[in-house]
Amino acid sequence: MGEILQILLADSFWAASLRIATPLIFGVLGALLCEKSGVLNLGIEGIFVAGAMAGWMAAWLGLGLWGGVLVAAVAGALFGLIHAILTVPLGLSQHVSGLGVTLFATSASYFAYRTALPDVASPPRIEPFRPLDIPLLSDLPFLGPVLFQQTALTWLALAMVALVWYVLERTPLGVAIKAVGDNPDSVDAQGLSVHGLRIGAVVAGSALMALGGAFLTMSAFDAFFFGMVNGRGWICIALVIFASWRPGKALVGALLFGAFDALQVRLQTEAGALVPGQVFLMAPYVLSILALVIAARRAEYPRALLKPWFKGQR
Amino acid sequence: MTEDDTVLRLDGLTRRFGPVLACDAVDLELHRGEVLALLGENGAGKTTLMNMLFGHYLPDAGHVEVAGPDGVLRPLPPGHPQAALAAGIGMVHQHFTLAENLDALDNILLGAEPLRALRRHSARAREKVRAIMARSGLAAPLDVPVGRLSVGERQRVEILKALYRDARILVLDEPTAVLTPQEADALFDNIRAMTRDGLSVIFISHKLREVLAFSDRIAVLRHGRKVGEIATAEADERIIARMMVGADTPAASRKALDPGDPVLELDGISVTGRSARDSLDDLSLTLRAREIVGIAGVSGNGQTALAQVISGLVRPGAGQIRVQGRPLARIEPLAMIRAGIGRIPEDRHRDGIVGAMSVAENMVIERLEAPDVARRGLLQKAAIRAHAERLARDYDVRGPGVEVPARLLSGGNIQKLILARVFEQEPAVILANQPTRGLDMGAATEVARRLLEARARGAGVLLISEDLDEILSLADRVFVIHDGQLHEAVRRDREAIGLMMAGEVA
Amino acid sequence: MIRIEPREAPGRALRLGVPVLSALVALALAAIPLALAGAPVGRAYAEMARGVFGSLFAISEMLTRATPLIFTGLAAALAFRARLWNIGAEGQLYLGAMAAVAVGAGAIDAPAIVLVPLIVLLGAAAGAAGMVLPTMLKTRFGADEVVTTLLLNFIILIFVQMMLEGPLKDPMGLGWPQSPPILDQGMLPQLLPRMRVHSGLILALVLAGIAQFMLARSVWGFRLRAVGENAAAARLAGIGVGRTMLGVAALSGALAGLAGVGEVAGLKGYLTADLSPGFGYTGIVVAMLAGLSPVGVVVSALFIASVFVGADSMSRAMGVSSYLADLVVSMSLLCVLIGGFFARFRLRLGRNTGPGGARHG
Repeated sequence: MGEILQILLADSFWAASLRIATPLIFGVLGALLCEKSGVLNLGIEGIFVAGAMAGWMAAWLGLGLWGGVLVAAVAGALFGLIHAILTVPLGLSQHVSGLGVTLFATSASYFAYRTALPDVASPPRIEPFRPLDIPLLSDLPFLGPVLFQQTALTWLALAMVALVWYVLERTPLGVAIKAVGDNPDSVDAQGLSVHGLRIGAVVAGSALMALGGAFLTMSAFDAFFFGMVNGRGWICIALVIFASWRPGKALVGALLFGAFDALQVRLQTEAGALVPGQVFLMAPYVLSILALVIAARRAEYPRALLKPWFKGQR
Repeated sequence: MTEDDTVLRLDGLTRRFGPVLACDAVDLELHRGEVLALLGENGAGKTTLMNMLFGHYLPDAGHVEVAGPDGVLRPLPPGHPQAALAAGIGMVHQHFTLAENLDALDNILLGAEPLRALRRHSARAREKVRAIMARSGLAAPLDVPVGRLSVGERQRVEILKALYRDARILVLDEPTAVLTPQEADALFDNIRAMTRDGLSVIFISHKLREVLAFSDRIAVLRHGRKVGEIATAEADERIIARMMVGADTPAASRKALDPGDPVLELDGISVTGRSARDSLDDLSLTLRAREIVGIAGVSGNGQTALAQVISGLVRPGAGQIRVQGRPLARIEPLAMIRAGIGRIPEDRHRDGIVGAMSVAENMVIERLEAPDVARRGLLQKAAIRAHAERLARDYDVRGPGVEVPARLLSGGNIQKLILARVFEQEPAVILANQPTRGLDMGAATEVARRLLEARARGAGVLLISEDLDEILSLADRVFVIHDGQLHEAVRRDREAIGLMMAGEVA
Repeated sequence: MIRIEPREAPGRALRLGVPVLSALVALALAAIPLALAGAPVGRAYAEMARGVFGSLFAISEMLTRATPLIFTGLAAALAFRARLWNIGAEGQLYLGAMAAVAVGAGAIDAPAIVLVPLIVLLGAAAGAAGMVLPTMLKTRFGADEVVTTLLLNFIILIFVQMMLEGPLKDPMGLGWPQSPPILDQGMLPQLLPRMRVHSGLILALVLAGIAQFMLARSVWGFRLRAVGENAAAARLAGIGVGRTMLGVAALSGALAGLAGVGEVAGLKGYLTADLSPGFGYTGIVVAMLAGLSPVGVVVSALFIASVFVGADSMSRAMGVSSYLADLVVSMSLLCVLIGGFFARFRLRLGRNTGPGGARHG
């Protein structure tokens, strides 16, 4: 017990939590934006892979780190556009289309990687984002190490929480996105484009998801590995439900999740001899299922989620 | 009337859906400050016509002209709701087009503010809405999610949406379908106030009474054609009824019968649903053989919960149900079917049929255990088909055959399919929930005839309907449901029942 | 202006033509990545064809590859027909495989006539359990089975690794995380001498036939279809939706489990954590390409298996990444989705028409 307390009080633990949470923050925000507009985006797992691969590849090719981030976002947006076209104007099954996009984005990324680097055993490395060492602030006790030694992408994730919240709660565009996810007819009757809003939300959300992938290869690690996304996208889909589709709660959910994950890593080193390491590796997934089971009862899904809309068929 | 005060002209509007001519070269004019009633049966083409006006559908032929603020008529580009809105046309759909997760103000401002704006509504927008509310008398809470508003309040929000966009022409599609008679009267008072300010109104209805009471002029549609137009002052119920159906309305004849033993007894049934709409509060009711009991009420007062309990979909928190004197041990759909309760669901497309399965399969879906349907777990295809063909003949289910997906049938024929499935079993109890909603008069008359026939055979019929006229014409006893409670209407008079529907015990 | 109009009922030609055409389009689209990778496109296709049909051995390899795909394809098809989104076939496959080695690798010594059916049944049961659990979470708590089955895939794979380093570790395995081999009398019989194709294929074909018949002709199939097409109406009509769902879940999981049984007891002989290169996920593509028809699953599994085997052999010959196969498979899913749209709707140009199927009144 004492050991756990010790872990929880360490600033390095909370710094790690925030680091682990960063890709999830991007992913949850992206999924939230899609679902708020009425579209489930199961392409998320593949879009993570595409973002991770495209961002890293761009940086490795010399476009710079921020160039890589931009390329990742564009790649995510493009795969999101495929999902959007299939599910919004064509009204096809969001489940199947999303899985299709995941398979497509993943295989396209792997194929591109293997084609560019046919014979390498270990992937080439890039110089990743460095922690932003902000003078004075970094020296603050506790907060300094936790907050002010994160990389720029973590700050970007936090800024995105605020931005998504602001857009959804404070702008006409956000109101329209929420309306189209609740009752598309409300938007149509007021002369706005249901399909335009949904496609826009899915494309923007997918770009955000891809940034989560880019964080993995450009901040958390410095190279691209097969299987590195490892279900993070699916975890985000569970976290959105847990977060009741609210940006603020999404941040809290991702942080809680990051904290549990950081905790299990530390417990693993403490108790590694007693329990097989895999028990700890399973924890994040088990935790996601538990979160889902707890949240499912009171979950208020956007009413139009999964429902295609065609003009003139009300 | 002079040419000058024409604000809207429809010229030869035509629209075809597959083989059906929904609107056939309809001409219509609307004058400033006028209330025009568009009257017709279900399926006469009223809604289609208005959807073309508003740009939801493209007309196959014909065009629309709208007067600008200067009073000059200009053609309206077809197929663009945005253009209709900009031209000052506001439409209040029968099914509200409100986002329930947003408050009324956001719903009103949706689409009225540029999407690029960095801020939501200003104080000025709120002021404008308040001013419109004061002028028109339409009041609704602005800062509560619409999902928590009453039906009447939602309708007022819908009208406010149109007025906020400076609508000079307002189209109301069946505006009173969901209101109590008193709420409907208040609505028409508000409309009167607005027309004095120069608003022109088209309201769509199939209720003769309110059309005669509240319009200036009446246009009647039948089978997609305008069959007549008359100043309200010169019209009476007989004249327009004849215009509507082309002949005098045949009234369903209801012979007095002596009711028999109780077939369905509800004793202190309580249901706690997610909201008041799906809750019942200590409800008791006895339905006897050879009688039709009508349940009137404004939708959302517990009708759904009551129907769900009797259908076996919801287990009540308290209370007992007896069917033909025997208490039910389990309350679930199969137990209800076996106990002899036939159910005609409210939403026939959603709950009544499996649209992708064949007509024949839908006809046996409630009795998969029966030996003529399945033996040793295998479906008896030939027998099922023969059975379906016989039922289709007996109940006049028309369509492209019994092996096609049931969704290809028209609404009226889907209802006949359900009637055939239910009545064939000769159930002791029949729950008919909104059995004629959305049907044309022919199909509706057929449903009424079958219900009376079942009553004569000895069944007890529980008829839940929002159409008070239907209840008054069919039911032997009338109850009113309000807020999950049931009260018997001692006097069969509209006024008294209307008050009870509004929650005032008469 | 383009308008979308539903077709009344898509004809047989359309229903069969769309998946075939989609598959061919996806195959043709592979030319783009091939060209981008700098390979001579024509030769690449020829290599692929040779890799699949060039010899009896090649055909045997293709059938071997198709066997697990038929099982996982059936698993997805049955579940999807009931609108139960089983995305967990990958995990259920491993559960089946794990059960097979747990009982077949020496725990019980019995003659083949006993041991083989035991392995098959236990593997199926393990897979079934892997789908019944998330389905219960769905019916009891409303937890979305898409997410739970997806996450369970990861949990089960980690569990397999744990078992392979623990109780199921082969003591003779020189430290490799693999299970001891299944006893010889526990292995599914081979179909051809010196070829890898095994009798799991026969089992898969038989089960596909039975599934096809039961779906169309049995009360069970009636219930499944009713629940899948309109759960609300099925429920009102007295069909136990939850019970039907659980039954379908068990069957779907069992089929996926059999894929795992086939891979260990028909092919590899022992279990490793890389037993499946994503057969569970590919099964979804197989099922969709088949229009969720069990017999169609057989055909589409053969196609997908050909793509994999052909791409592998082309990859060896020409040095193009074999991820090309995954790319073709994913594109055929997207193509068949789009194709399905055109089977159900027609696009009309010009402004003299409008959306149909709408309410008119």
